[in-house]
Amino acid sequence: MFQKSSPKMMNNFIKVGIAFGLVLLMASCSNKRRPNYQYMPNMYEPVGYETYQGFNEDEVTRIALFKGVSEAMLPPDNTIPRGWMPYGLENTIEGKELSRLKTSPLDSLKSEANLAKGKELFNIYCAICHGPKGDGQGTLVKREKILGVPSYADAARDITVGSTYHVIYYGLNSMGSYAVQLNHEERWQVAEYVMKLKQDL
Amino acid sequence: MKKVTYRNQISRVLGVSLVVFLLFSISIFAQDGAVASGDPAKGKALFNQNCAACHALNRKMTGPALANVESRLNADEGLDREWIYAWVKNSPGVIKSGDDYANKVFNEYNQAPMTPFPTLSNDDIDNILAYTAAPPPEPVAASAAVAEGGEGGSSSTGISNEMILGALVIILGLLVMMLVLVQGTLKRIAVANGLDLEKAKSESGLPLWKAFAQNQFLVLVTVVILLLSGAYFVYGWMMQVGVDQGYEPIQEIHYSHKVHAGDNKIDCKYCHSSARVSKTSGIPSLNVCMNCHKSIYEYKGNPEGPSQEDLANGYTNEFYTGEIKKLYKAVGWDEENQSYTGESKPVEWIRIHNLPDLVYFNHSQHVSVAGIECQTCHGPVEEMEIMSQFAPLTMGWCINCHRETNVKVENNEYYAKIHEELSKKYGVEELTAAQMGGLECGKCHY
Repeated sequence: MFQKSSPKMMNNFIKVGIAFGLVLLMASCSNKRRPNYQYMPNMYEPVGYETYQGFNEDEVTRIALFKGVSEAMLPPDNTIPRGWMPYGLENTIEGKELSRLKTSPLDSLKSEANLAKGKELFNIYCAICHGPKGDGQGTLVKREKILGVPSYADAARDITVGSTYHVIYYGLNSMGSYAVQLNHEERWQVAEYVMKLKQDL
Repeated sequence: MKKVTYRNQISRVLGVSLVVFLLFSISIFAQDGAVASGDPAKGKALFNQNCAACHALNRKMTGPALANVESRLNADEGLDREWIYAWVKNSPGVIKSGDDYANKVFNEYNQAPMTPFPTLSNDDIDNILAYTAAPPPEPVAASAAVAEGGEGGSSSTGISNEMILGALVIILGLLVMMLVLVQGTLKRIAVANGLDLEKAKSESGLPLWKAFAQNQFLVLVTVVILLLSGAYFVYGWMMQVGVDQGYEPIQEIHYSHKVHAGDNKIDCKYCHSSARVSKTSGIPSLNVCMNCHKSIYEYKGNPEGPSQEDLANGYTNEFYTGEIKKLYKAVGWDEENQSYTGESKPVEWIRIHNLPDLVYFNHSQHVSVAGIECQTCHGPVEEMEIMSQFAPLTMGWCINCHRETNVKVENNEYYAKIHEELSKKYGVEELTAAQMGGLECGKCHY
């Protein structure tokens, strides 16, 4: 039976095959693991090197400078970001003791706005462990991912606005430094808000 | 089971303490026999609350491991419980008094002072020591059973899927065979009845395609339809060139947004902090990871255990723990000594959301000024195990949102006047971004 009608059938097979192949070819272009094609790459891609730009193998070997550095790099030595203020105290036990005496340089007349901003930042960066109320019951603590987060009202620690700033700046024991995420003013705003939480506890 | 053991322990402790109380009322020398007791369950709560920030039971953290600390101190250093009381309540005092072991430990752990705990009573410390000596058993058996059950379930579904497929293939094969057989039989019947198949075919006149080719109207309509549908598909294909919607590359470290932002509810801006203040939202540097992962060294999962879906994809607790180890390797964190080795290696994250160079886009303007949720453009990131591009990021998509979104004018005194004037000009209550000039070419292309 197959032999009889073979020429016509073969023809059909070829047609179907071609259509199928075309669909496959199109589908193979849309691989979600790879970026899509672009019309005019040299209009899309920057001339200068962009933040976190990926480099293909050729480029990495061509520009030895960028070998393995498609990540955030440290700024050159002795450069400071805009708005940077020197802190003055060192990350030592003595420095921490001295920091207790520091007071907030923020304008006390704008205290309400500062506290509002401090609250917003606190809820982003601190509340995940210290809890929105500062009682040491953040989501990560409740889920037992991080343990032993003290309450701000802990008498033995007796935190002040200055020591809070110091700990945000340098970190303490298991807590890391938040100087990267918060700038000078924001750190003081958070420290002031922490003092408010301590009072309310 | 667990609760029952607790109850027993509590009642035992109560009984012992009653005896102790009675003994104590008779003679103060009985105290020595009494100190051995303590409630591990209460101790666990106290330990997690006060000690766990710096101490773990079986591994070094900021301070030394505390499993069996009392017997260890007693055997190695000859220190008794009174020393521990003094140390916990006022460690700086013990160091200052010139105690040998206190100074040794203090120096061994980078002179990190231990917070004094004057609020802990001797009973509290007894409870903590009881916990360190014999922590209540973790409910390991239950979770292991769940995991086993889960794996069994997933593999059995795998087998059943294959079986269903196999059965379908067999049924298909049978159908084809039946059809062939039926055709053969029909043909034989036709031949037997004296019908000539070939003759019948040629007698029916022109073949179908010839009849079709002769009808010019039909050919014209078909050609038009083919051209239109072809143009539709070609247009669709050309429009998606340069659009990376759904792009989800494999990253060097499997970072799960689902675990971090979904399960643990960490704010997006915790890691992407520069989205508040700068043009780029930023991929966090590894020190931000280490803020938490200094303490979180293994993935323990949700209380209910990994879901079937996660297990099917191979996202077991061990898998995630392995990814944390990759982070340690990249950042150069020595887990044994709890210190940085200084040998770091960059993680080459692959950037997913990438606007062409001819467009200016600023995150802080959208996140801080407009107060738009990250999810508006990035989709339900908190549900994504593998991050993928949610929005097309085309110009039409930008423009559409600028036309539909009202500008947040409240609490913005600085622009109050211009907002008022613009509202008057357009005769509207609420201004859209487009009415503010959000469709001007020069806003984004310059």
